[in-house]
Amino acid sequence: MLLAIRIEALINALPGSVAQGLIWGIMALGVYITFRLLDFADLTVDGSIATGGAVAVMLIKNGMSPWLALVFAFCAGMLAGLVTGLLHTLLGIPGILASILTQISLYSINYNIMDKASNQAVSVDKYSLVASLRYVNAQGSSRAIFFAGLFAGVIVIIAATYWFFGTEIGQSIRATGCNEAMARAQGINTSFIKVLALMISNGFVGLCGGIYAQYQGASDINMGRGAIVVGLAAVIIGEVLFGKFCAKRKLAFGFTLFSVVIGAILYWAVYAIVIWLKMPSEDMKLFSAIIVAIFLSIPYLKGKYGRKGVKKNDKAVQ
Amino acid sequence: MTKQFSEETTGENTGYMLEIQNVHKIFNKGTINEKVALNGVNLKLNKGDFVTIIGGNGAGKSTTLNAIAGVWPVNEGKIIIAGKDITKLSEHKRAPYLGRVFQDPMTGTAATMSIDENLAIAARRGKTRGLKWGVTKEERERYKAMLAELNLGLEERLTSKVGLLSGGQRQAITLLMASLKKPELLLLDEHTAALDPKTAAKVLELSDRIIEENGLTAMMVTHNMKDAITHGNRLIMMHEGRIIYDVAGEEKKNLQVSDLLKKFEEASGGHFANDRMMLAN
Repeated sequence: MLLAIRIEALINALPGSVAQGLIWGIMALGVYITFRLLDFADLTVDGSIATGGAVAVMLIKNGMSPWLALVFAFCAGMLAGLVTGLLHTLLGIPGILASILTQISLYSINYNIMDKASNQAVSVDKYSLVASLRYVNAQGSSRAIFFAGLFAGVIVIIAATYWFFGTEIGQSIRATGCNEAMARAQGINTSFIKVLALMISNGFVGLCGGIYAQYQGASDINMGRGAIVVGLAAVIIGEVLFGKFCAKRKLAFGFTLFSVVIGAILYWAVYAIVIWLKMPSEDMKLFSAIIVAIFLSIPYLKGKYGRKGVKKNDKAVQ
Repeated sequence: MTKQFSEETTGENTGYMLEIQNVHKIFNKGTINEKVALNGVNLKLNKGDFVTIIGGNGAGKSTTLNAIAGVWPVNEGKIIIAGKDITKLSEHKRAPYLGRVFQDPMTGTAATMSIDENLAIAARRGKTRGLKWGVTKEERERYKAMLAELNLGLEERLTSKVGLLSGGQRQAITLLMASLKKPELLLLDEHTAALDPKTAAKVLELSDRIIEENGLTAMMVTHNMKDAITHGNRLIMMHEGRIIYDVAGEEKKNLQVSDLLKKFEEASGGHFANDRMMLAN
């Protein structure tokens, strides 16, 4: 009886994980663009996700439509990406450091955007928000509409991303991330391309922040702490579980993008289980960092192990 | 010491395809690691010239090609391509004039992208890249036909990732990429050095064919003196950042490897002590 209640509690928590995962999936797509396509470890996201949230909430409170506020959240994220990009390309600051500088400065900027407060609430009672926790367990059609809308939104973003990276500019981003020397030899302005990719990526992150702040009914200065690890975890979970499934398939890149979103959903499902097991949620960050570290190290360790194997074979041939 | 062959090679040309005027390049200037890599290079190429470049390690062969490509700015001098001064242009802005193939087969292509995507990127060298689709259907057909001519079986693997191909196949694709949009100047930087002899010979043959068919002006750095003599219409030898020997036409055709070795000792006033170059013969 007690177990039944407990399992029911977990099941009740899962729709929330799916909603949260879909929203954070947008952010994870942004991380995928920089981390996998551009080969740039961009830590700006910890700041720009909170910026997106802060901008959206403050604009809504000042009377703007919650939908339009998302456009501005997207643009605010792009601005953050622009700063990181210029610090890196124009001023020659190493990528990771440039993004940390932006991230840290965004903490102060976000605080100022939120009228010098560390959080700002926006109630779904007062405003017709794009997303809200309330819809997750609501009865009747509003719940279905909420999930369908969220899912459709994510699919549209995946489709747009798929299209963009198939265009000439999108190809330039992928070429730059893969081989800068080749890209420049083919006349691609790699500095411009890097800035552009960082802007698009952080635009996604800002958009995610804007939706997520509405979803949880407040923007918070600490909203983005550790966000990059969540994003990386989503990318890696998606790759590990669906990498083979996606490869060699028609629209392989589209499936890969979708798997990143699934990765984000799974991340928040695991989070729900951790809470359900009454493990301290504060430990989740340690847990995710360990998972990300393990999966990031696998290719390296495989390579090291693999090389030793090749050497042995070489000797055998000689 | 340097000779010019402007009159011999072409009759009716109005200007040079490439002019290098007194180019100096010093690495780590002002530090204890200071190295004078180019020490007043002067060179003029006519349209259709195919010049091979030889010289010992650190002679400035690759550095000359990198100076033309704009990998870094030069300290002094001018570089003019087809009448346009490109000395101050950044690397990607010079790319429209240049086709480049590198020593490392990994450098010329994007490994995680497919063969057709690599070719499509090269086909857009010098054009503004927008939101049009990256590879069109017609392009794909064209690339298929071009790859079929290479006889490497690549026409059936148009959507394979370039990273899955061998070094020789990658160099062949890089050559195709370099010539897809006809460049003013083709730069081959020891592009067969990393390949096995058989593959190297094939890639060299392909280079010759592409240069001839498109009437390209080309520079090829090589460590193999025989190759330097048998390919191209002109040969230059570099030493300590300068061109110390420049020969073309019949005189070049009749050269022997021993002549080159002698020339080198004469010009540099020392013995030719480069194992790689000696072994290459």
